[in-house]
Amino acid sequence: MWVVSATYFALGFFNIVFAWFGVICFLIPLLIAIFGGGKQYCNHYCGRGQLFLKIGNSLGWSKGRLAPRWLSSKYFRHGFLVFFLFFFVQMVWLTVEVAKGIETLHETIHLMWSFDVPWHWAYRTEITPWKAQFAFGLYGIMLTSLIVGVILTIVYRPRTWCVFCPMGNMTQQISKLKAGKK
Amino acid sequence: MAKYKYKAENEKDRCVACGVCVKVCPKSAISIYKGCYAVINEEECVGCGICGKNCPAGVIHKVENKEYVK
Ligand code: SF4
Ligand code: SF4
Ligand code: SF4
Repeated sequence: MWVVSATYFALGFFNIVFAWFGVICFLIPLLIAIFGGGKQYCNHYCGRGQLFLKIGNSLGWSKGRLAPRWLSSKYFRHGFLVFFLFFFVQMVWLTVEVAKGIETLHETIHLMWSFDVPWHWAYRTEITPWKAQFAFGLYGIMLTSLIVGVILTIVYRPRTWCVFCPMGNMTQQISKLKAGKK
Repeated sequence: MAKYKYKAENEKDRCVACGVCVKVCPKSAISIYKGCYAVINEEECVGCGICGKNCPAGVIHKVENKEYVK
């Protein structure tokens, strides 16, 4: 599965339209958790998690140090989830504005929640502006988490990102809710 | 009635259920309980500590097994 993840980032580099496949990475884990599959996605399928293991363990790039303990605290994990959702909503909002014609298409990738990096070369096929905007927005989010994840993998242990990954947190919370009810 | 000197213990409230420990355990002694946290099968665990060395959250530990008798 890590090949899928690597392919995704490569394709998005050349043609932003492929960024739309990223929606799958948001929907599938949530659907699995909602329908009682727990964190099967994280445990078996997530290409990003496997990519970190590949880089960290198979390539041996990871220092294997333990990350600071507050990373796994509830406050940090939930705080990061809120932070992440805020930017996600902002991204969707921009998409809506582009669709309405209030905003023009930004052919940039919003990285690390602050920098706009030009990415116009990846806009090859003309598509409806809002669809392109969403693709740019989503790719920015995906790439940001990849960069953060890879840095954490190298400095600390592989998959340190998974400790506070918003998707991983959401699926765990859903699983806990479901387990608690029974 | 424990066979090994050490065993693994998990801090359930901090475990993120990522499944890294499940993958690395040589005895396949760990499973993820309903996507909530990792549980260790104490019958299978040999206390090698590999899980603890790989857990990205650092919440699974190798501890002395109090039931161990020489
Ligand atoms: S925590 Fe996030 S990055 Fe890690 S395996 Fe789960 S979804 Fe993938
Ligand atoms: S590796 Fe650590 S955080 Fe991940 S499931 Fe195992 S004990 Fe929990
Ligand atoms: S201490 Fe070793 S045998 Fe026991 S659960 Fe951890 S990895 Fe498996």
